[in-house]
Amino acid sequence: MAEVSLKQVVKRYGNVEIVHGIDLDIAHDEFVVLVGPSGCGKSTTLRMVAGLEEISGGTIAIGDRVVNHLPPRSRNISMVFQSYALYPHMTVRENLGFGLKIARESDAVVTQRVNEAAEILGLGPYMDRLPANLSGGQRQRVAMGRAIVRNPDVFLFDEPLSNLDAKLRGQMRVEIKKLHQRVKTTVIYVTHDQVEAMTLADRIVIMRDGHIEQVGTPAEVFERPVNTFVAGFIGSPPMNQLDAVVGSEAGRAVATLSDGVRVPLPADVLTRVAAGQDVVLGFRPESFAPAGHSLHGDENTVRVQRTVSIAEPLGTETILFTDFGGREVQAKMLNPRPVRSGELLEFTLDLGRLHVFDKTTGRSLRA
Amino acid sequence: MSRHGTIEKPWQRWLIRIGVFVAMVILCLPGVWVILTAFRPNIEVLARPAIWIPQQWTLDNFARLFGYSSEQQGLPVALYFRNSLVISLTSTLVAIVVGMAGGYAFARYSFRGKATLFLGFMLSRTVPGVALSLPLFIIWSRIGLIDTSWGLILVYMAVNIPFTIWLTDGFFRQIPVDLSEAAQIDGCTPWQAFWKVEFPLARSGLASAAIFAFLTSWNEYALASQLTRTTASKTMPVGLMDFTAQFTVDWTGMSAMAVLIIIPALVLTFIVQKHLIAGLTFGGVKG
Repeated sequence: MAEVSLKQVVKRYGNVEIVHGIDLDIAHDEFVVLVGPSGCGKSTTLRMVAGLEEISGGTIAIGDRVVNHLPPRSRNISMVFQSYALYPHMTVRENLGFGLKIARESDAVVTQRVNEAAEILGLGPYMDRLPANLSGGQRQRVAMGRAIVRNPDVFLFDEPLSNLDAKLRGQMRVEIKKLHQRVKTTVIYVTHDQVEAMTLADRIVIMRDGHIEQVGTPAEVFERPVNTFVAGFIGSPPMNQLDAVVGSEAGRAVATLSDGVRVPLPADVLTRVAAGQDVVLGFRPESFAPAGHSLHGDENTVRVQRTVSIAEPLGTETILFTDFGGREVQAKMLNPRPVRSGELLEFTLDLGRLHVFDKTTGRSLRA
Repeated sequence: MSRHGTIEKPWQRWLIRIGVFVAMVILCLPGVWVILTAFRPNIEVLARPAIWIPQQWTLDNFARLFGYSSEQQGLPVALYFRNSLVISLTSTLVAIVVGMAGGYAFARYSFRGKATLFLGFMLSRTVPGVALSLPLFIIWSRIGLIDTSWGLILVYMAVNIPFTIWLTDGFFRQIPVDLSEAAQIDGCTPWQAFWKVEFPLARSGLASAAIFAFLTSWNEYALASQLTRTTASKTMPVGLMDFTAQFTVDWTGMSAMAVLIIIPALVLTFIVQKHLIAGLTFGGVKG
């Protein structure tokens, strides 16, 4: 059993604080993905858990042990590096068995565990090769194999797929997911790719500038982003965000966009807004679609006529670019038909999945 | 067709080949001459016009060196050789151990004054060794290090350590930090991570540093000639001067001794060269 618990963890380099007192509890066997833009502190946080960076404040516990001052070797963790960090002078077999040899396991145990890992990852044919003679995907597998042979309490992954091409990345993503299902262990995975985060995670931790912005399941962070940053970061294409001013129309609170379109506000935000307040309306491309090509019905929508500037056909859907609320927005046309640039279409905006954020704080006004 | 898309014409290629050949001849000729001279009688050396290929091959010159000749007393070559070996090996060993530690520290750690210190080490290389001979002589004579092996060992350490640091720093820089970190996560102490992962990868660098340090000490003449007096500390290059008398120079004996100086250097280079294979670190990281 190994939970990982971070309490008020701070990282400073000299006078510069990089991570500002973060709290995070990770359950046993949970797959947690830290995601955020470059420089958000996610890798630093992972390296603090690994013991590769000292922590400047707070506590990190693995299982029931506070590990603040333990060296990496005493934490019973394993890590897959972005660069793979395979030992170039050792064969695949020696790379896999290195940790066990250091732990003075018997040759029989080393051979058995190495062979098990090799079988799980399909490394059998490459066991006597040097890393230099492996492809990128094979190296990635060896790095994962080296991590699993030691039966660690926690797996740490530091952007393990970012050196692979798009196709291989997709394959390895699936392999990592399968691996986690097979080798049940707590996983902390760092990536800047929100697709990896969404597909792999039990819970996603979204970080920015050394703070945790939101922790939640992929569905939670997608459906109920707590602020405009999370809303813009999670989801591809990103959520459309339009400035609006709260007003009223026929006794109902509405938000007026800069092009004059009035959007009725959902009931649950009414108590949190006042007339004249600046807000940001957020809606995902799939909530703004040409009539007849959407997931949502026609009720509870706002209908607008808009000219398509660019159409990007993706096969099962087409991404349409158009102007709305004074900005360029993206719409997702399901079950698409060919669309020409300049074509006038009627779009429906699903009010049921409308997000409302306070313009000043950026925080969501929905419950 | 010319290779690799170069555009030189056949005559240009031949010009380059001839140029390279001439340069090689100029470089190799003195060495070849010394070796040939070591195996010929003195009369051939002084002959005019010059006799290029020895007419009469002989080992007499070597025999005379070691005192197996009736006509001339032998020189203490064995003692010179021992001194050279002890002084060169000791100073190389210390330079490699200290230089490796220093190079690692410069490559991996940041500390106050790092850049200045590094620059200082490099600047020390710009001072010609001979310029140090007088101050060294005065200091060494005060503290009783003149004509001792340790006197020379200390000097060669001081000469070799900065260069070894500079060379190994470059090699350690090429080894990704990730490897050491991965080893520590795999259960190594920092020392084990260095010894089992980084050291094997830096071996080619250390081997070249060792060769440089050894050859510097083995071949050094200027300082050794000032700081040594007797067979207690005289090295092989200093021993060469034993062949000069007031009016004559024993060229064949000197050449024979020069061959003896060259042999260990060649042997060492051959032994170490298999470690000089570059590119070992390739493939450990990235795809």
